[in-house]
Amino acid sequence: MIPVLLILVPLLTGLAAFILKNEKTVRSWALFSSLITLAVSLAGLTLLKDAKYMAHQCEWMPALGSSFSVKLDGVGLILTLLNAVSFPLIFIATWNTSYKNARNFFALMLLGQAGMMGVFLAMDALLFYFFWELALIPMYFLCSQWGGEKRIAVTIKFFIYTFVGSLLMLIAILFVYSKTTDRSFSLQSFYDVAVTLNSKQQNLVFWLMFAAFAIKMPIFPLHTWQPDTYEQAPTATTMALSGVMVKMGVFGIIRWLFPIVSGASFQWGDFITPMAIIGMIYASLIALRQDDLKRLVAYSSIAHIGLLCAGLFTQNTSGIQGVMIQMFSHGINIIGLWIVVEWIERNTGTRKISELGGLAQTAPTLAIFFVIIALANIALPLTNAFVGEFLIFNGILSSYTQYYVWFTVMAGVCIILAAAYTLRMVRKVAYGNVNDITSKVTDIRFNEKLALGIIVILIFWIGVFPQPMLDLTNGVTESIVNKFEVIRYPTVPK
Amino acid sequence: MQNALQIVYLIPLLPLIGFLINGLGRKHLSKPAISLVGCGTILASFILSIWVFMQVKGGNTYDAHYFNFISVGKLVIPFAFKIDQLSSLFLLIITGVGFLIHVYSTSYMHEEKTEHFGRYFSYLNLFVFSMLLLVMGANFVILFIGWEGVGLCSYLLIGYWFKNTSYNKAASKAFIMNRIGDLAFLIAIFWLIAKLGTVSFSEVFTAANLAKLKTLDITVITILLFVGATGKSAQIPLYTWLPDAMAGPTPVSALIHAATMVTAGIYMIARSNVLYSLAPLTMDIVAYTGLATALLAATIALKQNDIKKVLAYSTVSQLGFMFLALGTGAYVAAVFHVMTHAFFKALLFLGSGSVIHAMSGEQDIRNMGGLSKKLKITFITFLVGCIAIAGIPPFSGFFSKDAILLSAYIKSPVLYGIALFTALLTAFYMFRLLFITFTGTFRGTDDQKHHLHESPVSMTIPLVVLAILSIIGGFVGIPEAIMHGGDKLTAFLSPVIAQHGEHTVSHTTEYMLMGLSTALVVVMIIAAWFVFRNYQRSEATGFGKVLENKWYVDELYEAAFVKPLKRFGSFLNNVFEKSVVDGLVNGVGKAVNYSSRQLRLLQSGQVGSYVLLMVLSMVVFFVIQFFIRK
Repeated sequence: MIPVLLILVPLLTGLAAFILKNEKTVRSWALFSSLITLAVSLAGLTLLKDAKYMAHQCEWMPALGSSFSVKLDGVGLILTLLNAVSFPLIFIATWNTSYKNARNFFALMLLGQAGMMGVFLAMDALLFYFFWELALIPMYFLCSQWGGEKRIAVTIKFFIYTFVGSLLMLIAILFVYSKTTDRSFSLQSFYDVAVTLNSKQQNLVFWLMFAAFAIKMPIFPLHTWQPDTYEQAPTATTMALSGVMVKMGVFGIIRWLFPIVSGASFQWGDFITPMAIIGMIYASLIALRQDDLKRLVAYSSIAHIGLLCAGLFTQNTSGIQGVMIQMFSHGINIIGLWIVVEWIERNTGTRKISELGGLAQTAPTLAIFFVIIALANIALPLTNAFVGEFLIFNGILSSYTQYYVWFTVMAGVCIILAAAYTLRMVRKVAYGNVNDITSKVTDIRFNEKLALGIIVILIFWIGVFPQPMLDLTNGVTESIVNKFEVIRYPTVPK
Repeated sequence: MQNALQIVYLIPLLPLIGFLINGLGRKHLSKPAISLVGCGTILASFILSIWVFMQVKGGNTYDAHYFNFISVGKLVIPFAFKIDQLSSLFLLIITGVGFLIHVYSTSYMHEEKTEHFGRYFSYLNLFVFSMLLLVMGANFVILFIGWEGVGLCSYLLIGYWFKNTSYNKAASKAFIMNRIGDLAFLIAIFWLIAKLGTVSFSEVFTAANLAKLKTLDITVITILLFVGATGKSAQIPLYTWLPDAMAGPTPVSALIHAATMVTAGIYMIARSNVLYSLAPLTMDIVAYTGLATALLAATIALKQNDIKKVLAYSTVSQLGFMFLALGTGAYVAAVFHVMTHAFFKALLFLGSGSVIHAMSGEQDIRNMGGLSKKLKITFITFLVGCIAIAGIPPFSGFFSKDAILLSAYIKSPVLYGIALFTALLTAFYMFRLLFITFTGTFRGTDDQKHHLHESPVSMTIPLVVLAILSIIGGFVGIPEAIMHGGDKLTAFLSPVIAQHGEHTVSHTTEYMLMGLSTALVVVMIIAAWFVFRNYQRSEATGFGKVLENKWYVDELYEAAFVKPLKRFGSFLNNVFEKSVVDGLVNGVGKAVNYSSRQLRLLQSGQVGSYVLLMVLSMVVFFVIQFFIRK
């Protein structure tokens, strides 16, 4: 029941929000809904300890061989939890932002959440595709209706870009579907048919699917929609996009790409990992020269996501476990950064680093949160991101490629660059002397303190005791790694 | 059987609690309360450390395992502490000197606003906490956590006066320079995991002793660890952050330079001595890097005019000596020098703080002079510090420096010659500093002259205590040649640091070396006296100017790394991203747009053109059929 509820609660409350009148009511309604979702998710967390997974299945389109099949397992749990934690944080932090047509705004946000829930839970390829689009379309409207000045052009680019990706994925899904013996979209049938694909077919499916996921993450050089979108979208939407939605790409690789076309995934690893690493360095260098806070965070995020991609393609336990926990950590941390950025823009009227400075004097509480989240962003030990990055880097060095030393060193350069651009941002925004713009602000209020406080607690909690979270995804990671083990050591009987 | 040492977790926990109380309550607590919490927690840790030391001395060691920090697949990284001879010694130094610095800070920082006063002490406690974590960790990962932790705290404390942009830049520089080293350290950890599947000290060293690691792997790992150490312990090429770190409040400089942080690299290599002894190539690299750094920093110190900068370069130089010791296999001598250096360098920094305090914030020694009359305690204790660092018997620095020079001599007379020369430079620039500051006539403003005063008791007592330690601190390591059984330190550390090979020099040679170095040091001091007793301001020229500008290394780094990187970043951002990557994307969009506009023209609605197209395409089709499919 839990997996169904996770989708239904935001879906139904989201639809209901369309008919609410008062802005304040709809705001409270959205927060209420997101808290219910969080409660359901936490219930799932406690219940899942006894069972390995929770599943629900009923008929959907039997003629096509597609069913409404959802399952909550380790990786699904981590991401639905991230999704469920993120939205209350977003709503609390942006409590004071007012929107025209607020009911539509919040309704679309909740629908987007429902779509993402579905993506993380779907066990049927057609259902997965359905939710994938359901998550995308509300975001499209949110950006185009409530975005900044250049929203229309940017949103169209965002939409076309991701939509092309979706279509490629659909082709891949239909292709695999056509090969299934029982004409079924179920994940199991897809897994079963995977072994019968020859290498040409594998490559075809791999590239079609990977393109969709790579655009979503995004991976260099398919990333240019992202900084523009993050810059133009309303910040609440940007938080949802960067905190949760980009994880759909990572998740897609874990759930669909790797198990279905393990052979091709293994074979193309040496091509994709360097692309991801080049993207990391590339984005870090650009982040180093950004003056706009939003674009800086966006490029920082591209660099971090590149590391996730490199971690996935290590295809070993350490790397993939690192990705699992890092998906959650990255989501939490980047939402924290957006909250700070949004506050700065709302209170100073500018996002330009060169125009800011001295906020540690006029807004000391904000500055403390900002510094802590920034430190988590550069993966300082005992913060959440350290665990993930440590495991990913460890995975890269021990990965099954002859270039492992180069990959580790090149990706490692980003650890230094991340420190450089993040500290530059902190220095120019929080430190130094106040100026006309920053001297008049008053410190953050209760709602922002609450949201940032929760984030900081999560940062340290996961940073000091990461093991419970790592244990959640053990099973999923092992099953993926085993598939690759078979490819690497074909003669060894498993 | 429960080990009495199981309460060791309190040693780092207390400063952490102090950090939390002062950090969260800085707006609500009074200054005395903040001081009490800040100093009290460190004092309690110090007392515990003494007790732990006694236990360890009695032969009791302890491995504490708390929980599994990270456990993935076969890799298990426990959150575990290791209490043995080496760590217990460092615990004493850190908490002992740290406590004195805390006490000193209560007066030095009393003019700060309460809120910032609390912030300062919370950072200071966090610093001690990180350093304790570093030396107590039972594996490389816990060590690394403390390692990055001290990097963070130095960042926070160097940039403590955050209104000042150049201080903030110095703070960022320190962090980023350290990060470069940290990356190497991390890769060393990953390498260990890849080869051995463990990061625990005992397991790694056992495996190395059993020859489970190839020499190549050991060499790679030790070099990487050493690169990490060059960052934290300010060696060539990553030393430039340390002099800039003087931007922090002076007690912080004392803490960074004496008791914590910079000694981390020495600790780590001493801890990994098993690995290093198996990697002769790395040993050579360590020794030569250390010696080169010692010499380079000493030459720079000759011409610096900021009282703290002189001390900063002297720290870099002394750390170079310690690495020289490590590289020649004299691990105990390195640890010994860490200890004596902690005493006299903390003394010198706190003394300089007392001077700066008296001079109302003035740091340029050209504006000082003749301070010995007004600042008697500061002067005498500073003099003790100078004698100790110059290495005149029986002050502490003599014994530790002698041990290092001896190990250099055993390795090669050339090394010894350069090391001795550097030691002489040390004596010269330290006494230059002393004479310019404390003798001659006062060269500052009348205001400053009027304000001159000795510092309060809470500042002078730490000075006196450190001065006493600087005098007697060397007696734990009296060389065998002078007193049989006098080298208690080597005996104490022998379970952790195995001795390879016995002395290869006769006692007569040792006496000669000691006599030579002492005599020459005295000559240098006398020379400094004649040159600087009546110092008059003068501009540096020629080579002196190069030294004053620190060999232009900062400028070189700026031109060779920072600027090109920035330029490349700008190029990527302004040109490549917009025109190439995004241009390509938009190009695809435009191409689609264009082609659809062209294709639209085909649908003209005229039957004739449709027929024409039909015929044309049939022709094309047949051509293809005919030529390509045979």
